[in-house]
Amino acid sequence: MKKVKSGIKGVIIFLICVLEVYPLFWMLTASLKQQHEWSDNPAYALNEGFYFENYVDAWTRGNMSTYFLNSLICTVVSLLFIVIFATTVGFAVTKMKWKMKDTVAKIFSLGIMIPVATCLIPLFQIYNRTGLLNTRICLIITYIAFGLSLSIYLVQGYLRSFPDDIMEAAVIDGCGIYKMMWHIVVPLMKNAIVTVLVLQFFFKWNDLLFSMTFISDSSLKTVQTGLLYFSDEFGNKNWGAIFASVSMSVFPMLLVYMGLNKKVMEGMTAGAVKG
Amino acid sequence: MNKVLGNKKAIALFVVPALILYAILVLVPVVWSLYYSLYSGSPGLQWEFTGLDNYVKLFHDKNFVNSLIVNVKYVLAVTVGQVGLGLLLALMFKFWLSRCKTIVRTLVFFPVVLPTVAVGQLFAKIYEIQPNYGLLNSLLSAVGLDNLVQAWIGQESTALWALCVMDVWVAMGFYSVIFYGALLDIPDDILEAARIDGAGSFGLFRHILLPLLRPMIITCLVFSFSGTVKMFESSLALTGGGPGSATKSLSMYMYDVSFTYNNVGYGSVVAIVIFLICILGSMLINRFDVKEKY
Repeated sequence: MKKVKSGIKGVIIFLICVLEVYPLFWMLTASLKQQHEWSDNPAYALNEGFYFENYVDAWTRGNMSTYFLNSLICTVVSLLFIVIFATTVGFAVTKMKWKMKDTVAKIFSLGIMIPVATCLIPLFQIYNRTGLLNTRICLIITYIAFGLSLSIYLVQGYLRSFPDDIMEAAVIDGCGIYKMMWHIVVPLMKNAIVTVLVLQFFFKWNDLLFSMTFISDSSLKTVQTGLLYFSDEFGNKNWGAIFASVSMSVFPMLLVYMGLNKKVMEGMTAGAVKG
Repeated sequence: MNKVLGNKKAIALFVVPALILYAILVLVPVVWSLYYSLYSGSPGLQWEFTGLDNYVKLFHDKNFVNSLIVNVKYVLAVTVGQVGLGLLLALMFKFWLSRCKTIVRTLVFFPVVLPTVAVGQLFAKIYEIQPNYGLLNSLLSAVGLDNLVQAWIGQESTALWALCVMDVWVAMGFYSVIFYGALLDIPDDILEAARIDGAGSFGLFRHILLPLLRPMIITCLVFSFSGTVKMFESSLALTGGGPGSATKSLSMYMYDVSFTYNNVGYGSVVAIVIFLICILGSMLINRFDVKEKY
């Protein structure tokens, strides 16, 4: 009896896993199908062969190469600045000694609650007037500004338990503030920095609202915006190419996740648990 | 020590650039939206001060009320679905699984990392009925449930629910990992003691686990709530707000009003409403936390 019961439990959990993974598996097989397979076979059928032409199509004719490059540039540059700002501001408001530090920390933490949609119209006006609309710069600075609040909050959490003695020892040894930051604080905060990087990487890479609002030039579009209009460009019938492009946009996430799945889980959930 | 940590120049260098960027791009726009909301038209084009007229107009605006209702339904269904199923999964991992815990968690967390647009495109094809059956319809037809085959996202009655299912699918693994972490923090002796006292599975959950998990449940509710109030990307990617306006959220309505119809003043009012709902909703959920403490 007990065996039957645990067997049933096992089956239920197995089914849940299938439910979460099967759509993705289907997507991969679908991206390798030829056009005629869609009308000849039911949708759940496996691909007959490996028709990589779909990927070539998506990469060249569908402009995925351009979109990837744009997404990569915007994400990497903004991540770099987010990490720099988050560590320096986080350090300044938790460990350094000055009058306004609590107020400044509070001001930054306000941003966690502000919905992106509320800022969208004024931002559009700002960029429109300064001529920054349709440039990578406007996307990058927006990403940085909206990534700060949560990142600083996470860094603060780590720094609160950061031992003062180490800093004291460094100062006695003659370290200035910049040297201490670079040689002592940053290496010891590696975990916090990785958390921020992982979390913000997923946020920025997946951004749609900003890029579709500020960028209309198709040579500057990011992967997400590109995907959204993909079926318009390719026609709704070319399922193979659509699936290939969707799969392609998923691969970077897949790789990062496979490589660092424990770190990714920690990083992603840290935002919720501590936010 | 104090001299080094009180270095004014270093503090300025550390804080000021980020603060300026943040103030201009995040804080100023919120105030600016508030100011815009008192005008009608768009800047430079029939731009007139109308005071609170925009706010009055909201209540008579059928489209606004419609998207508000859609948004509320979506928030309720998805928040409950994500957090509830997340909790259920976490309980299964903790009490049912003895092996393969890491693999199961890795698999279940997987959809969380996918780009929303990609998920939207994928599900659009899963729900598809024309020109070929999508995955769902072909499976239904294969097991003989042909009468259930329908245009899941092409008709008003099911589109919103199809969207909700998609968003629950994406995020339940996320919440299950959070809850699982919280469950591991509960000492085994407490559970053991309750079992010895004769608590059944449900009693154990109701009287021991639920109170202990309460802060985590509230955190997750706030997190899920603030994510779902903003409802934009997923419905844009899956249905584009259609059919009709069956899945059009407040954010999408704001976007349409201000960028498609160029009525920036009125769009700002909707933006402010989203902001208020977000703040008030989170405060309301957090209230449940405070009561217990005192």
